[in-house]
Amino acid sequence: MQQQAQAAAEESVAKIHVGAAVREVGMKVIFAIAAVIFVAAVLVICIYLFARAIPGVSEIGWINFFFGEDWALGMDLFGIGTLIVGTCLSTVGALVVGVPIGLLTAVFMAFYCPRWLYKFLKPLTNILAGIPSIVYGYFGLKVVIPLVRNAFGGAGFNLITSSLVLGVMILPTIISITENSLRAVPKSYYEGSLALGATKERAIFRTMFPAASSGVMTAIILGVGRAIGETAAITLLCGNIAQFPTSLTDPFVTLASAISSGMGYSSGLRLEALVGCAAVLFVFVLIITVLIMLLKKKAR
Amino acid sequence: MKFDLFKKKNAAAPQEAPAAEAEAAPADAFAKSGIKVESAGHAFKTARTGTEHAAVGADGEEKPVKFKVNELNLYYGKFWALKNIGMEIREKEITAFIGPSGCGKSTFLKTLNRMNDLIPDCKITGEVLIDGVDLYGKVDINTLRKRVGMVFQKPNPFPMSVYDNIAYGPRTHGIRKKAELDEIVERSLRQAAIWDELKDRLKKSALGLSGGQQQRLCIARTLAVEPEVVLMDEPTSALDPISTSKIEELAQDLKKDYTIVIVTHNMQQAARISDKTAFFLLGDLIEYGKTDDVFNRPADKRTEDYITGRFG
Repeated sequence: MQQQAQAAAEESVAKIHVGAAVREVGMKVIFAIAAVIFVAAVLVICIYLFARAIPGVSEIGWINFFFGEDWALGMDLFGIGTLIVGTCLSTVGALVVGVPIGLLTAVFMAFYCPRWLYKFLKPLTNILAGIPSIVYGYFGLKVVIPLVRNAFGGAGFNLITSSLVLGVMILPTIISITENSLRAVPKSYYEGSLALGATKERAIFRTMFPAASSGVMTAIILGVGRAIGETAAITLLCGNIAQFPTSLTDPFVTLASAISSGMGYSSGLRLEALVGCAAVLFVFVLIITVLIMLLKKKAR
Repeated sequence: MKFDLFKKKNAAAPQEAPAAEAEAAPADAFAKSGIKVESAGHAFKTARTGTEHAAVGADGEEKPVKFKVNELNLYYGKFWALKNIGMEIREKEITAFIGPSGCGKSTFLKTLNRMNDLIPDCKITGEVLIDGVDLYGKVDINTLRKRVGMVFQKPNPFPMSVYDNIAYGPRTHGIRKKAELDEIVERSLRQAAIWDELKDRLKKSALGLSGGQQQRLCIARTLAVEPEVVLMDEPTSALDPISTSKIEELAQDLKKDYTIVIVTHNMQQAARISDKTAFFLLGDLIEYGKTDDVFNRPADKRTEDYITGRFG
């Protein structure tokens, strides 16, 4: 009787084990499939970009493509020099606006902000990050451009406008990452600094900030990543003229906005030139990713 | 040079007549703390032990008073963390605070350089006088913390080089000249008995040092701003026995030039290194006197129970 019961119990345990093992294997397969799909997507994009771009760019000529000053798809002029310069300038402009505001806001949120205000500010940065970029573009078009036009003259489609709007767009990234890294610095550094007679400002800017520097750099580089590839808003604001801007009030064009405005009606070599632009942008972003990885390694 | 200056200043500080002080203290404390009968009783008892110990001082052995604390109450929100504390801390002695966890000894230590200001909802009543000036009155808090330095429970070197750690304080207070900073760094590290170990590693990160070295570095960093008082909040609780004994030796050496107040969980440590010991329990100062008296002839039953290991 007892033996029977024991045998039954052992059997049921065995069943559970088999069931658990099957489930475990099943889940493993599902996780693996998800990972494979993700990796495949990245690889396919990568391969497609370069497979389309390289032959096209070779036909245009590498030097003509990268250093050519004339970009006019309709006239088969494929020099992206002005596009690269435009992309870099608008990114730098975004940093000039976004980095000081972002870093100081992060300091405010981490060290100065009263609790009730923080409860309001924190979600606000998330909302700012979630606003579609076309909405920023529309806001820039209807509000910022008239202001810039009044203040600086010209049409208003220029570096000033795009830097202001892009600068605001990269704020949430810079604020939240900087704030997190400031909060991750041990509080004992702060106390130690105050205990030596340092003012709150000194403790923050000479102790906490340097201790969080790799996080701050990551925040800035991610901001660059956001600004460099920004398309919808910048297309509305840059004026889409492929030239080297000689002043802050000149219109310009970026790689992303050139792709976006040309993609719809291009084919053949013109399309390949646009894919070439996309590949260049891809390489820029790749460089940024590698920089972030290096920074993280250094931080450890 | 600067050392001489502050020595003179200390020597010139008005020396209060200990006997008269002691006479006034109990009556005063009792009269003003009438709100809570229980705690007023404690204050009275505290003050009384203070009287006995101050009477010894009347023989002329006692050093001048550095801190005088009157009816100090501290609240964290609704929690009454320090109850009617009254005591005197003398110059160039080691004063140890002992008591079980949560008794208020660290909290009290932090009132001496106002580190409690960092804690929201912390409310303080009463007086803490340093050289006769209420440090909760109109004082510049950064100057106060320069005068009253602090070493923390966990060594907290900044993530920079050994040199920059030591130079941080002097730079904060406006010293920029390389030669001057070099001199301060060497002197502070020598004072903290760690110069020989670190003189070849000044440019290396302080985070690479051992725990004991880090703590002595933190002591050196505190000394670099030429404080008058060094507060130590369980400075050896995170260290091994060898590092602990080095820090204890160091504290003994430093007492020649500095007033030292140390919070410790370790009663042997208090007995070994301190001149005066204060025993805290649940926010009350139960007993305060010469270390020898507190450990060998405790006046209060609770002190005796604690030091003989019956609780805590």
